[in-house]
Amino acid sequence: MLKLEKRRQPSQVWAYLAPVVAVVATMVAGGLLFAFLGKDPLLAIRTIFWDPLFGEFAFYYRPQMLVKGAPLVLIAIGLSLGFRAGIWNIGAEGQYIMGAIAGAGVALAFYPLEAWWLFPLMVICGALGGCLWAMIPAALRVIFGTNEILVSLMLVYVAEQFLASVSLGLLKNPEGYGFPGSRNLQQYPSAHNAELIAGSGMHWGVVAALIAVIMAYILLNRHLLGFQIRLTGEAPRAARFAGVKPKQLVLLCMGLAGALAGMAGLFEVAGPSGRISIDFNAGYGFTAIIVAFLGRLHPVGILLAGLLMALTYIGGEIAQSSMGLSSSAIQVFQGMLLFFLLMVDVLTNYRLKLAKAETA
Amino acid sequence: MSQSLLSIRGLTKAYPGVVANDDVSFEIGKGEVHALLGENGAGKSTLVKMIYGLVKPDAGEMVLDGRSYVPAEPSMARQLGVAMVFQHFSLFDALNVAENIALGMENPPRPRDLAGRIREVSELYGLPLDPFRTVGDLSAGERQRVEIVRCLLQDPKLLIMDEPTSVLTPQEVEILFRTLMKLRDEGTAILYISHKLEEIRALCDGATILRLGKKVGTCVPKETTARAMAEMMVGSELHTPSREAKAPGAVRLALKGLSVKSPGEFGTSLKGISLEVRAGEVLGLAGVAGNGQDELLGALSGEILSAPAMVEFDGTPVGGMGPMARRRLGLLTGPEERLGHAAAPDMSLTENALLTGAERRGLMSNGFLKWGKARSFAEEVIARFDVRTPGPEVAARALSGGNLQKFVIGREVMQNPQVLVVNQPTWGVDAAAAATIRQAILDLAAGGTAVIVISQDLDELMEISDRFAALNEGRLSDIRPAQGLTVDEIGLMMGGSHGMEVAHV
Repeated sequence: MLKLEKRRQPSQVWAYLAPVVAVVATMVAGGLLFAFLGKDPLLAIRTIFWDPLFGEFAFYYRPQMLVKGAPLVLIAIGLSLGFRAGIWNIGAEGQYIMGAIAGAGVALAFYPLEAWWLFPLMVICGALGGCLWAMIPAALRVIFGTNEILVSLMLVYVAEQFLASVSLGLLKNPEGYGFPGSRNLQQYPSAHNAELIAGSGMHWGVVAALIAVIMAYILLNRHLLGFQIRLTGEAPRAARFAGVKPKQLVLLCMGLAGALAGMAGLFEVAGPSGRISIDFNAGYGFTAIIVAFLGRLHPVGILLAGLLMALTYIGGEIAQSSMGLSSSAIQVFQGMLLFFLLMVDVLTNYRLKLAKAETA
Repeated sequence: MSQSLLSIRGLTKAYPGVVANDDVSFEIGKGEVHALLGENGAGKSTLVKMIYGLVKPDAGEMVLDGRSYVPAEPSMARQLGVAMVFQHFSLFDALNVAENIALGMENPPRPRDLAGRIREVSELYGLPLDPFRTVGDLSAGERQRVEIVRCLLQDPKLLIMDEPTSVLTPQEVEILFRTLMKLRDEGTAILYISHKLEEIRALCDGATILRLGKKVGTCVPKETTARAMAEMMVGSELHTPSREAKAPGAVRLALKGLSVKSPGEFGTSLKGISLEVRAGEVLGLAGVAGNGQDELLGALSGEILSAPAMVEFDGTPVGGMGPMARRRLGLLTGPEERLGHAAAPDMSLTENALLTGAERRGLMSNGFLKWGKARSFAEEVIARFDVRTPGPEVAARALSGGNLQKFVIGREVMQNPQVLVVNQPTWGVDAAAAATIRQAILDLAAGGTAVIVISQDLDELMEISDRFAALNEGRLSDIRPAQGLTVDEIGLMMGGSHGMEVAHV
């Protein structure tokens, strides 16, 4: 019989190995799933993991990885700070939407004015929009002790309804022949989050994501605030003893996560997506939760995990179109990744042991 | 002690990296009070857990009443007549006495019958107990009675008691002892685990001494001095902390009618505590657990805020300041709970050194941490306090209790405090480490620090305090010079027997 035994020290080896094992296990289990669906498992895995990087059309897909990866990384970095401190903001999707609406709203308000300061202003407003949306669950927790998991999640649906409302009303393109959705910001030079190098996929959101990774790394490893965040997550009572103010930390972590999610939304709406529409949000806010954990809540890990998730997104789309795999199968596949990761994660703190036959 | 009741032969139990019990054998006779002695980590708990069926031995056998005894689980041990009173009570505060007792029974009788049985047994052994009182309202001594009565209802042949007096006042200890002696006279054997050697000398007929998992000796406590027993436990000569008498200096810390509500529902609020500590002085605060010690430490560390003027540091009101601001001034504290309060279990010793030392030891500038300096601070603490660990990168939870305690106390001591407040500084620490810690506290005081030691260990307080007071239900007794206080006087300061009736034996 197998038995779990707690390790005296968390295993360093497993902390690094766990994500790798999880990815491999996902490939195996995913392959089985695809085989049951009547598809060639090896081809499917190859299509998802290999083709986007090294296949025939890799020149098109590689930039896509940055485009899809940037918002994931940006959001996940913000979430990871809170997760480290035991603050569970799972409503990044809503904060992402509100950031996009706030930033795009500013641009549309100034349309058709051309000015250098417009884009920076949009970024600030996008961050503010996400931040304020995140402050609702944060303030409710601090003042009334509500559960931020529930409140932040519910606010996602509120944000989605708000998005639908402005797409059909307030921000609707007056020259859009009655179709829902705003003007296309890609056609508004001052507001367009264009590629910095043509064909590279590199836009300001990618730059912001990289800066966020570096800043988060410095914060967590070199700064007192990062130490306090980690301490609060590890031992809340010791954190209070050290002098951490838990309420301020909740506001700060939620606010930061919201601001980063809002910025991600703004970069998306001003760039790859181009406009506010009913189906603007694509689930980045939820996928970022997986990215954060897959990356072990570590900034560099999150960067790698974000790229990996982006890869499965793109590979999944290719598999959908070329092999006829259903989109739900791809979603199951992505879900498996988190599932296996959490499972393998146990080995960081526990070791498997063959138990001798019990004498009882 | 004519007939053997429980015979333990060659019990061995190993955990990864440590052998908790190595070939331990001893006998307990019928109607014998047998002491199990040893420092923390000597393997006493593992041994009794094996007897109580909580842990399975790797090797060895036990014989109870002439028959092979292999308890698969506690319920089986109880059926065979082995009962245990744990050091930490497993009672639900919100339920009443009878409900709590019923929860621990295999087939509880109807509540009314049970209440009758509880009254009967408790009267018989002089442990008056109202079955319908809510446990949350009971004193520690009364809670222990609930646990004992719960055991007695099963008519045990062997009663195991794990450090039963650590939560009692001297008067309450006396009541307990009378009960235990009556049980012994009726033929019940008692396995008694304790650190307190004088108690063992007063109560026990035989003793087995464990060190590092091995049985190192036996003795008849009544014929052995406490010092000799202690040296058998430690395996070396004991060093007694020493100090030079010195006139106390100016008042460093003053509490002026400190009253705060406890943050926990069943905690104890502090009620009008006033005291002064002078430079170079050690003030000892006794009290049974749960009489406001945690809250007092919290109110001094800054975790619990009060009206500013209620706490004065060098004449400055600091009651409204948080932990960091107080540390900056030089008011340092060491909480009772090592893991999770004084230290973060999964963080390294370096990180834990930073936890309170960041500011006073200059381990950061502008909020940016200096890991190199933090590491050398941790190394300094490890070296000076002889903390046994492979190095400062080891997680706090990997250290034994005594070593971690040396580390967290050392961390505060080495920050040059103006005022140091510690709660249970040597709780669960072996005798040698305890002596190191006490000496460090005395050295600090000799250097002009004002020290408050909150402790449940009266011997410790009498050894190091200049002045002495006791906490009782959140209030502070009169403060008196420690020298010349008798045990009876101390007991009364601690609240006497908390209204408990003396055993009617």
